[in-house]
Amino acid sequence: MDVRKKLEILADAAKYDASCSSSGGKRKAGKEGLGSVEGMGICHSYTPDGRCVSLLKILLTNFCIYDCQYCINRISSDTARARFTPAEVVQLTLDFYKRNYIEGLFLSSGVIKSPDFTMEQLVEVARTLREVHGFQGYIHLKAVPGASKELIDAAGRYADRLSANIELPTDGDLKKLAPEKSFTVTGETMKEISSRVAQSKAEREESPKAPKFAPAGQSTQMIVGATPTPDATILDTASRLYTRFKLKRVYYSAYSPIPIVDARLPAKSPPLVREHRLYQADWLLRFYGFRVDELAPPEHPDLSLEMDPKLAWALRRRESFPVDVNRAARELLLRVPGMGVRTVDRLIRIRRWHRITLADLARLRVPLTRVKPFIVTADHRPTLLLDSSRLVEKVKPAPTQLSLFTAAQEALTGEL
Amino acid sequence: MRVEVSDLASFREAARGLLVRGVPPDKVLFTEERERQASLLGADTVASSAPVAGLSVPPAFLDLAERVACHRSPERWGGLYRVLWRLTHGERKLLEVVSDEDVYRLHTLAKAVQRDAHKMKAFVRFRKVDREGEEYFIAWHRPDHLIVRHVAPFFARRFPSMRWSILTPDASVSWDRERLTYGPGVPRSEAPEGDALEEMWSTYYASTFNPARLNVRAMRAEMPQKHWATLPEARLIPELVRGAPERTAKMVRPRMEVSDASLYLPEHQDLASLARAAHGCKACPLHERATQTVFGEGPVDARLMLVGEQPGDNEDREGRPFIGPAGQLLDEVLAGVGLDRQQLYVTNAVKHFGWMEGDEKKRLHAKPGRREVLACKAWLEAEVRQVKPRMILCLGATAAQSFLGPGFRINLSRGQVFETPWAPAWMATFHPSALLRMPDERARAQARLHFEEDVRRAAETLRAMR
Ligand code: SF4
Ligand code: SF4
Repeated sequence: MDVRKKLEILADAAKYDASCSSSGGKRKAGKEGLGSVEGMGICHSYTPDGRCVSLLKILLTNFCIYDCQYCINRISSDTARARFTPAEVVQLTLDFYKRNYIEGLFLSSGVIKSPDFTMEQLVEVARTLREVHGFQGYIHLKAVPGASKELIDAAGRYADRLSANIELPTDGDLKKLAPEKSFTVTGETMKEISSRVAQSKAEREESPKAPKFAPAGQSTQMIVGATPTPDATILDTASRLYTRFKLKRVYYSAYSPIPIVDARLPAKSPPLVREHRLYQADWLLRFYGFRVDELAPPEHPDLSLEMDPKLAWALRRRESFPVDVNRAARELLLRVPGMGVRTVDRLIRIRRWHRITLADLARLRVPLTRVKPFIVTADHRPTLLLDSSRLVEKVKPAPTQLSLFTAAQEALTGEL
Repeated sequence: MRVEVSDLASFREAARGLLVRGVPPDKVLFTEERERQASLLGADTVASSAPVAGLSVPPAFLDLAERVACHRSPERWGGLYRVLWRLTHGERKLLEVVSDEDVYRLHTLAKAVQRDAHKMKAFVRFRKVDREGEEYFIAWHRPDHLIVRHVAPFFARRFPSMRWSILTPDASVSWDRERLTYGPGVPRSEAPEGDALEEMWSTYYASTFNPARLNVRAMRAEMPQKHWATLPEARLIPELVRGAPERTAKMVRPRMEVSDASLYLPEHQDLASLARAAHGCKACPLHERATQTVFGEGPVDARLMLVGEQPGDNEDREGRPFIGPAGQLLDEVLAGVGLDRQQLYVTNAVKHFGWMEGDEKKRLHAKPGRREVLACKAWLEAEVRQVKPRMILCLGATAAQSFLGPGFRINLSRGQVFETPWAPAWMATFHPSALLRMPDERARAQARLHFEEDVRRAAETLRAMR
């Protein structure tokens, strides 16, 4: 099989993985080397699904000895199989990088023979790129849950980011659909990564020459909608992962029907909006000081599909408003629907010199119709009573604004 | 007063001179130096390179000015001078008020430049050429603003070991592995066409696209169409978009491998016509040795459809499904849970008996392979389409795999009710002849219990669906 055919199969098989961004870390090639990583990643292209192409995202092989029911690579699936040699992946990465097609490599793999055997191959690709070719582009490696500490350590030396996928939101879901996997084993791998990341950070504070370990941290992916588990549980799992293992990102991937369906899975995908609502809620948890039970309380364990989770929260908690933009503390301003972290920080700086008016907000591109009922400015006090039943109608975004794109942008910037 | 500037350095010089002479912003008109020929009046000379005491500006201003200077808008110099004036006339903290009109305007210009620079970093596509036996990489790109000098150092950091040039209509830049050299603009026709790797890249681009998530608007917003001309992968976009619905449909439904028997399907597909046509089916070699086709039987409005594996010796002689010992066992269990065989539609995944020579010329059942199952599937699906059962009960792995592919495992999934494209309720259990054949008595008894339990659950599910 030629490399192009393999690429076709092994890129196709990798497209269900949501984690593809390349931000974080800093690397610079030496005179004979190739590549750099400078903070924010670059998306080099966009596919017609609106998602960016920033990395060469492929599997080393799509053959897998496991039988996770939602996954097209599972042993019992009769999809076309292919397997790259590490040398082929190295060559492709270098060739693509030199033409500025990509920021680097995201390499994952089906589990072949054993977790260790698989991990060894992934590490070999990264090692060759870094040590033989002086490659300083971004490398994201899949950490195969259950691989030995030594291999995880080696992987972190070469990679910018590692990810062990949690796959499903509860252990029960895993038992049902991915019998070979468990939270315990994946958790062990995550713990190893997070403690090595912390250790290397500490060492580098002592001496900046100490070796880096996965400087862009670790992330994970959770498939959403393959089981009936509600958003509250999903967010709970995510927030525990953030605190316990200091994850950089949890990626939510709406379950995508795979070509050879298993009757135990839904034949349709969940609405993509759900995925975006989860990303929005995730931001609110990490950067806005919200708790899971505020966003998805027991009486509403699923996020609203019609409006973003912050707006939904504000409508449930009308008594907390209006908030005075010229006086209120940062934490309170962050809870105003339509005002993001960046806006709030700017407002706090501006109000030291100047009383904030609606015109200021407009110039900061704050969506005024949405925000007005919730705030007081130098020239505005909400006239619409917050308990008016028309409020919901008034602030709810029009259906056209509900496009995935808007939601995706919000998810990226965190401006809610 | 009219002042000519050509770049940030000349602006700084001019502005310093103006500030020293106390010229307020509304008394100055900045023009681009390259417009000089058109101007009849000579411009005033205000240049002053001498440092001026008390005229320090915050570093943030220089940073902002650097980006603003790359913008094509002729208003940028005036805007910069206005903010500079205010910064040096009592409003030292002006830059923090990002919502101030003057500051806001500069930020808008800077943002456009930044976005353009980002697009350049993303959408430059190098093409490899050979120059005297050495690799050389050349790209042609069309930025909106005058950003080549601003962005070039980034490419030098990223590709230090390559020799490369980036050509744009306004300027060009080259890297010889030592330093950057700037030159004049270059038309697109001077850039090389094509690169051997572009096909590989296009393959990747097409494969990584998930047609189930088509969202062209988002793509266009991030990848403006004006850049498509230099992106090799963009050529594929129309085709990918057009093909997406069909590819998605294939993803949602199981992939249809064509069943050879579909060539034999009659025009009218009522059960009688189907049965008649099936008697002439030669879609796989099984018909050669079998006596006759054993088609399904039962009322067209049956709510439950039973699917077995393949007719056996008895069935082959009689021409009817499930009449041998396995059929008797089945009848018994069905009766036990209150199901009447007469009201069911009973069929097999494969319609011809497959056998091998045994001792004393006995015909021994030979399990059908994946090829025969697939070949015969068109008949089974035609039957399902006619009967539209509320529930399908598959007896044995072959029947189940005929629907769900070779991955289905009876031991893992028997007895569970699934919603499928073929019937709202779908279940698989053991094949009754497996119960008869199990050599170990205890295992046999155990399997029999499971079997009865599954059939009972099927009956209950069916009743609950009334
Ligand atoms: S282990 Fe990974 S590749 Fe293998 S079947 Fe499970 S999800 Fe798929
Ligand atoms: S087994 Fe099925 S496909 Fe093969 S010849 Fe008989 S009816 Fe046709």
